[in-house]
Amino acid sequence: MFQKIYNWFDERYQITSSRDFFAKKTVPVHKHFVWYYFGGITLFLFIVQVVTGILLLFYYKPSAAEAFESVKFIMTRVEFGWLIRSIHSWSANLMVFSAFVHLFSAFFLKSYRPPREATWITGSFLFFIVMGLGFTGYLLPWNELSFFATKVGTQIAGAVPVVGSYIRTILRGGEEISDATITRFFALHVMVLPIAAAAFMGLHLIMVQLQGMSEPLSQISNPDKKSMKFFPNFLLRDVIVWLIIFAGLLALSVIFPWELGKKADPFSPTPLGIKPEWYFVWMFQTLKIIPAKILLFDGEVLGILGFGAAGLALVMLPFIDIWARKEKRNPLLSILGICVILYILLMTYLAYFGPQK
Amino acid sequence: MHSKFIFIFIIVLAAGFTANLEAAEKDYCIECHKTLDGSAKEPTERIEGDVHFKRGLSCSDCHGGDPTKEDFTEAKDPAKGFIGKPKRGDIPSFCGRCHADPAYMRKYNPNIPTDQLAKYHESQHGKLNMQGDQKVAVCISCHGVHGIREANDPQAPVFISNIPRTCASCHADKEYMKEYSIPTNQMEEFEKSVHGEALLNKGDRGAPACTSCHGSHDAALPRAIAVGNICAQCHSLTRDLFTKSPHKAAHDSLGIPECEACHGNHNIMRTSDEMLGNTGQAVCIKCHTADSKGYAQASSMKNAIEALKGDIKESENAVEMAENIGMEMSDARFDLDEAKNSLTKSRTYIHTFSKEAVEEITKAGIGLADKAKDKGRKAVAEFDFRRKWLAVVVAIILLLAFAVYLKIRGMEKK
Repeated sequence: MFQKIYNWFDERYQITSSRDFFAKKTVPVHKHFVWYYFGGITLFLFIVQVVTGILLLFYYKPSAAEAFESVKFIMTRVEFGWLIRSIHSWSANLMVFSAFVHLFSAFFLKSYRPPREATWITGSFLFFIVMGLGFTGYLLPWNELSFFATKVGTQIAGAVPVVGSYIRTILRGGEEISDATITRFFALHVMVLPIAAAAFMGLHLIMVQLQGMSEPLSQISNPDKKSMKFFPNFLLRDVIVWLIIFAGLLALSVIFPWELGKKADPFSPTPLGIKPEWYFVWMFQTLKIIPAKILLFDGEVLGILGFGAAGLALVMLPFIDIWARKEKRNPLLSILGICVILYILLMTYLAYFGPQK
Repeated sequence: MHSKFIFIFIIVLAAGFTANLEAAEKDYCIECHKTLDGSAKEPTERIEGDVHFKRGLSCSDCHGGDPTKEDFTEAKDPAKGFIGKPKRGDIPSFCGRCHADPAYMRKYNPNIPTDQLAKYHESQHGKLNMQGDQKVAVCISCHGVHGIREANDPQAPVFISNIPRTCASCHADKEYMKEYSIPTNQMEEFEKSVHGEALLNKGDRGAPACTSCHGSHDAALPRAIAVGNICAQCHSLTRDLFTKSPHKAAHDSLGIPECEACHGNHNIMRTSDEMLGNTGQAVCIKCHTADSKGYAQASSMKNAIEALKGDIKESENAVEMAENIGMEMSDARFDLDEAKNSLTKSRTYIHTFSKEAVEEITKAGIGLADKAKDKGRKAVAEFDFRRKWLAVVVAIILLLAFAVYLKIRGMEKK
């Protein structure tokens, strides 16, 4: 019976040839092997996000008047609502963290070398989408922290030269954070960005499957190369990691349930020490400490332009790193990467533990 | 030649016109007094902030005379209505020339009261003034002179938060008040009171000043019978409960002032539950003896309130404990807030002096506090339950992971 069904599908969709492809596919084994797991972890957490997000959608009401109450309802009245909401919030944060690790590990292993330029580009777009999902999702509970953090965040976007005020108005749906903001953030969070993420993720995964995992430069000249089968050996290892992550996610959600906070009051003054989510804090801190004027230019504008240039450089990295294109090392770029990590850590530290103004 | 004469004629005409214009605009009272010293100069230094001056009035509108004349004998010609400085005792009627004239005052402000002079004559100040007392307060004693500001100007001495100090400038001066035989410690007491704290330290303009109880232009001693009405201006529910209570008739028959008997007057302190009952600082035992019904009522009301307070405290602890472990407790907080409202209400209902009325409210409060306590305890139990089940689920997941590990090991051994 099973064979008959299999044959029916195989005749139409060439399942055997796909199975043969996966059966032959291997994953290089070396001392940096562990970093390969982070792509899978990010994917797993994205799936958790989609599933828990759909469950939250059954009860969530995207309006300034009802959003907070509906999340409160989910947390207090809906069976296991507290768990679903907590898992959604925790896995969102872990997904961003995992995406950061995956990005930097690919950077240091120079996985963007030819022929994997497009894999890197789709990956960097995925990274931006993940950040966008975090930014738009943060406002949705409509609590005090998220409201004012979004206010500050969109205010910063308003400082972009020429088009800043338009971007701010488009993001907010008007001059201020209001009902119009929450509905468009909701649309972006549950429709636009997930579709974009799914599309880029599809491309990213197809490329990874077709081209295989990138080997670090140190492995190219290694005469004693090792590898393992992708299916089932690597995939089963992935499953172990996912199970452990899932257990950790459950533990975090139960022991440290995600707080709801106070309902946002648009007419109250911005509370002291308001900060965006931790993954944006380093940018926020940079803009905070940057001098008001640098030569003739506005410091904040220069900062924002700097972030824009850094983002562009990130996407275009496969074409910028001409040494990697020739399969050569360039320690300067690796040092630059370490400096960027240290800078992010330092700014994040200063934002949370430095002198508060 | 002809045109030269015409030109000179125009210049002379223009110069003469300009000079006349300047003279017409010039107020020689101010110009001249500015050049003098001491008290003669002082009015010119404050006149620009004066509400009358800002509305286009000047010295001559009160003092008479002709301000367009540079020569002072011409300017201060009694034939031109010059009055000069009025006698202190005449000041109320001096100001009243305009301020008691509705037709005149309407030009400046259609809503301004014009009964100040009539009220003043009814006041203790006015009565003494009419008896020829030259020390008693007149308009300028409170409003100032030559720099008079509107009552809603924070710099005005009659601005609500400045009133106590304005009144105290005379009433707290023992030497000045010596001959009137009235106390001079009102300000000292008011500063320490709950009203003084709110008005003077917190800047709460809703808090009462001297005039809120005593009146302003008609300032008088509140007679014993009027005290309750005065307090009722703000504490209306409390007064309402009091008038329906048996205490009302008792106070009336004994001639005891209503609110003041327990709360005092200028030195009204923040109320506390210690004022109730039959121990320590309780005010009830000032009148009620141990064998009286009122004594027992006071004790019962105190017990009811203490029971509610104790229950709220327990509930607060239970809710806090649940919040500290991250449970969502806003519903319980809502119940707790309602229980606290019951406590506030029960404190107000003490003025019914009925233990049944107070107990009805405290019982409702205890019900709400118990509801919150129950939610807090259930949340803590739920948290424990979650942790236990978490341990089970995590163990199953890790077991599954271990099984996959064994599978890989077995597979790779072959």
